[in-house]
Amino acid sequence: MKLAYYPGCSLDASAIEYNLSTQKTASVLGVELEEIPGWGCCGATSAHSTNKLLSVALPARNLAIAEKEGLDVLAPCAACYSRSRATEHLVREDAELAERVREAIGMPYTASNRTLSILEVLVQTVGLEAIAAKVTNPLKGMKPACYYGCLLVRPVEYTGFDDPEYPQSMDKIMKVLGANPVKWSYQTECCGASLVTMRPDVGLKMTYAILKNAVEQGADSIVTACPLCHMNLDMRQSQVEKTFGVEFNLPVYYITELVAVACGVSPKEVGIDRHFVEAFYHITHLPQEMEEPPAEPEGKKAQKISEKIAEATQQGQLEKKSTEEPAPESGEKTQPVELNKGAVKLAERLFPDDQEKVEQAARLFSKDPEKMKKVAQMMAQDKEKAVKVAEAFLKKEAKSGAEEVSKE
Amino acid sequence: MERVLVAPNPAKKEFIRRIERESGTEVSLCYQCGKCAAGCPVAFAMDYTPRQVIRLLQLELVDEALKAESIWICATCETCTARCPRGVDIASLMDAMRREALAQGVVTDKKVASFNQAFLNLVEKYGRVHEVELTLQFNLKTGQLFKDMDLGLPMFTRGKVHLLPAAVKGRQEVKNIFERVRQMGGDRS
Repeated sequence: MKLAYYPGCSLDASAIEYNLSTQKTASVLGVELEEIPGWGCCGATSAHSTNKLLSVALPARNLAIAEKEGLDVLAPCAACYSRSRATEHLVREDAELAERVREAIGMPYTASNRTLSILEVLVQTVGLEAIAAKVTNPLKGMKPACYYGCLLVRPVEYTGFDDPEYPQSMDKIMKVLGANPVKWSYQTECCGASLVTMRPDVGLKMTYAILKNAVEQGADSIVTACPLCHMNLDMRQSQVEKTFGVEFNLPVYYITELVAVACGVSPKEVGIDRHFVEAFYHITHLPQEMEEPPAEPEGKKAQKISEKIAEATQQGQLEKKSTEEPAPESGEKTQPVELNKGAVKLAERLFPDDQEKVEQAARLFSKDPEKMKKVAQMMAQDKEKAVKVAEAFLKKEAKSGAEEVSKE
Repeated sequence: MERVLVAPNPAKKEFIRRIERESGTEVSLCYQCGKCAAGCPVAFAMDYTPRQVIRLLQLELVDEALKAESIWICATCETCTARCPRGVDIASLMDAMRREALAQGVVTDKKVASFNQAFLNLVEKYGRVHEVELTLQFNLKTGQLFKDMDLGLPMFTRGKVHLLPAAVKGRQEVKNIFERVRQMGGDRS
């Protein structure tokens, strides 16, 4: 299949690796790309803040050149993609504006072709199965956070190939490549690329929130499909670290770099050695095996909470177990309760000289965590009182046991 | 918000209609639920939240809305538009407001406007954006000469910078677009 290729200004310079890897990925997957001859800037994002006609005319010229060839357009840059899609939408919907646009570009243009993002090309045009068939170097052990950003999935009227709140196309591609993408909350949050030059106070904070959430959710890297997101997350990561006094060291990849590498292309060939945050070593030294997923997000507080939850469920299980035990047969009620380590310890501290009582108490506590808790709390304040209460519990238990026996 | 008396004003009504036409949406649809403000990733830096900007327009407090810093802080991420339960295209409204503020010469955030102007000047000149010159021009215009200079050399050593702009084949055609848009009555579509 053949597509017109609109790299856009960023891919010509600061995002050169996105350009290299998109072309490489296309050739590996059998997609022919023909660069739009004499393409110009799409005007994002300055034109639409300045002049509406200009903001539609600039992308329209590039699309019109491709339309003449009868080709759909691949625009890897999310901002170019968004402006091109908006242009198609307006030209199709607004006849009056369409006429003015044709006049401004001095060319016929009816938006009969369409612009595709790299995710659409990978998932829809090529297809996940076709990608899977080409994977020779699976990215096993990689745990990326798939970052879609704002312009790939919004607004739905223009884009609409994936869910605007919970997109999954990139996650699906990463799974096909053998990686294990993490679930996280900032996949469609804006990185603030349009603000970081003019209002770094605002932009850096947005970037910080994204990097932080990715790390907290256990990601070892971020994957993007936008040169502006990449610039913000990769090139400006050191500025973010300096501003907020943290260290992330989180490599940021383009989805096309990873497709190419998983299909056997060398990381150098697609420019992974040109990143700001070390990404080359990371991709060439993946653990190759799935680790156990991290138990809980980082932070001592979270860890404590998780421990408490684990304790509670353990107790719950014990309770459940004890109720599931078959009813003790008459006269042999000492048997089946599984002893809990904590219960044995507490019992030993309560009755250091009386082995029989230790056994009874341990059995009782294992069966009834509520009673154990009560005694343990008392133990911390007043040992004698705790011993008395425990003895009372044992007496009561013995009595009820005896009653049961006598009933039978 | 301070108290302001509201009286009908035809000029202001006309302004609202124009903004609505430009953005293809209606401010009266908004029932002030605040979902836009809740999801806005830059609301923390705004003087009026997106919901409040719309409220200003509903009340025809046009000058207050145009002078709001918020319209320049908006990153056009479209979260508000995607989530609005009433289908108000808030991001497009913000766009239209920026254009209107430029046309009326009431630009609260000069930095954003300077950046946009520098950006478009380069596109007109070369047909594409030349990142080095854009950074230099923006820094000159805003008087922050050494901003991001620490990134310059690493960019260069990574082969991510062209010192000179590329000679674009379609350069003249792009220039013509700027020229014709200007002739066609430019600033309003």
